[in-house]
Amino acid sequence: MDLLSYSAVELAAAIRAGEATAVQAMEAVLSKIDEKEEQINAYVTLDREAALKAAQKTQKKIEAGELTGALAGVPVAVKDNLCTKGMRTTCASKMLGNFIPTFSAQAVINLEQAGAVIIGKTNMDEFAMGSTTETSAYGETKNPYDFNHVPGGSSGGSAAAVAAGECFFALGSDTGGSIRQPASFCGVVGLKPTYGTVSRYGLVAYGSSLDQIGPLTKNVPDCAAVLEVLATQDAKDSTSIRREDTDFTSALTADVTGLRIGIPKDYFGEGLDAEVKEAVLAAAKALAEAGAVVEEFDLSLVKYAIPTYYTIAAAEASSNLERFDGVKYGFRATEFDGLHNLYKKTRSEGFGAEVKRRIMLGSFVLSSGYYDAYYLKALKVKAMIKQAFDDAFARYDLILGPVAPTTAPRLGESLSDPLKMYLGDIYTISVNLAGLPAISVPCGKDKAGLPIGVQLIADRFAEKTLLRAAYTYETLRGAFALCTDPCRGNMPLRRRTGRAASIEDTRFGD
Amino acid sequence: MANIISDETIEYVGILAKLALSDEEKEQAKKDMGRMLDYIDQLGELDTSGVEPMSHVFPVENVFREDVVVNGDGSSETLCNAPEEKDNMFVVPRTI
Repeated sequence: MDLLSYSAVELAAAIRAGEATAVQAMEAVLSKIDEKEEQINAYVTLDREAALKAAQKTQKKIEAGELTGALAGVPVAVKDNLCTKGMRTTCASKMLGNFIPTFSAQAVINLEQAGAVIIGKTNMDEFAMGSTTETSAYGETKNPYDFNHVPGGSSGGSAAAVAAGECFFALGSDTGGSIRQPASFCGVVGLKPTYGTVSRYGLVAYGSSLDQIGPLTKNVPDCAAVLEVLATQDAKDSTSIRREDTDFTSALTADVTGLRIGIPKDYFGEGLDAEVKEAVLAAAKALAEAGAVVEEFDLSLVKYAIPTYYTIAAAEASSNLERFDGVKYGFRATEFDGLHNLYKKTRSEGFGAEVKRRIMLGSFVLSSGYYDAYYLKALKVKAMIKQAFDDAFARYDLILGPVAPTTAPRLGESLSDPLKMYLGDIYTISVNLAGLPAISVPCGKDKAGLPIGVQLIADRFAEKTLLRAAYTYETLRGAFALCTDPCRGNMPLRRRTGRAASIEDTRFGD
Repeated sequence: MANIISDETIEYVGILAKLALSDEEKEQAKKDMGRMLDYIDQLGELDTSGVEPMSHVFPVENVFREDVVVNGDGSSETLCNAPEEKDNMFVVPRTI
């Protein structure tokens, strides 16, 4: 029995049935980590003994009948911008290299209450700012499918850990695509919930009005099960929302009959890689053949999402990251002259280039004289983008498109040109601006064997529709082999679905 | 490039952002920020007159509650993370 082939839900069931133990599951994960971690570098902080001890403790509680949660005994990896009590939390920054939180994020507490066991903390772009996990102060994470490529970001460590079998599922955070894009690049499922569904308490803030925590999993049922555990209202996060319909696993039925799916024409234009386009349209076709009503439409304002996002996110980041001043926690410069100089030197030495870039841009767009022209303007365009989605969801239940314009870029290719890297967020970013839920599901691989994801977007609070469609597609697609060997060949979608895809032979094509 | 960032602007941004930049970093920042602002200027193409700025997708209201202490005294654990502490307080350089 290879425990690592189990999904999180399957593992929990096996542990409940006494066929496996939490300790065996943790041992399996740790041995995979021993085998792969040196090359992949998915984790920033990992304490093998502590993880094993936690698994032993959990197993005892399961046997005593004290722990009956849906995820009891399942090892989980947590993105390193989520506070974990007593466990170092760095945000992949030198600034927090020695920071030990005195409390855990509510999302982490929810997981622990459901019986999940934390393995360690996963690598990310510094303070979640980046799309490749290369801005980490602790080395880049490699894509498990090809070590010469990035895993995506900013939750790249979480996505790589799930893909490589270095955990059974992981937590990430998504401010502009940071769960969905690495999920797509690493061939795993990633979901960004409706804003306010998961408490942000204990998540180190980047862009507070956009940040949302969510799961990265091996399949859609795991995703629903984890979301069910995460989605609770929390008085400690004033933007947290009370939701009545959090029985997400009940939505896992393979039926999309009559579901109206819109495909934004603007998502398939210039800049989209041909292989990505083909795989994503094949997924749309599969859903259409299963009874969904799929058609193209014009989602306006698409090209304005990136400038709007980077203005708002940078503004919020410049404010949120003011707290890192070398006084209360984290890094402090060794040489300084007075308090003000202490702040400046600490921040200059503690932050990496991308973080400084965004703090400076944010400070500028919020400064007097420019506030109206940039920040306020962006907030107005954000309102217009939300309206465009409201109009779309008056006609459609779901929007379907790519997650990213390409498959995972090669290491080192993105950082030389920040603006080019930002443009890669084109299909994910407006979802955060409008507060919508969206999921990335693997839908194929390119010729080089790198995974491709299809993105489904739903209206606010419509996670159940989202999960139902994602589950239906996953069932139609069949098993998507998680990465076991980076040299493994391509397994294109057409072989599994028995049909080739091209826009020409889709009835919603142009 | 439409947006030319002056030395004064970068100095000012450095003060606002509390960052001490080397000359090399300043030059790079001028370039990067100019390019980003050129890109952001696209938003000017849109007529936003009459549009209310939206900071949150949901109407966010003040959440009122009684001011009751629910957590214990965590000061010693909190101070464990301080770069320097003394007598249950954070230590900072002399300010006056």
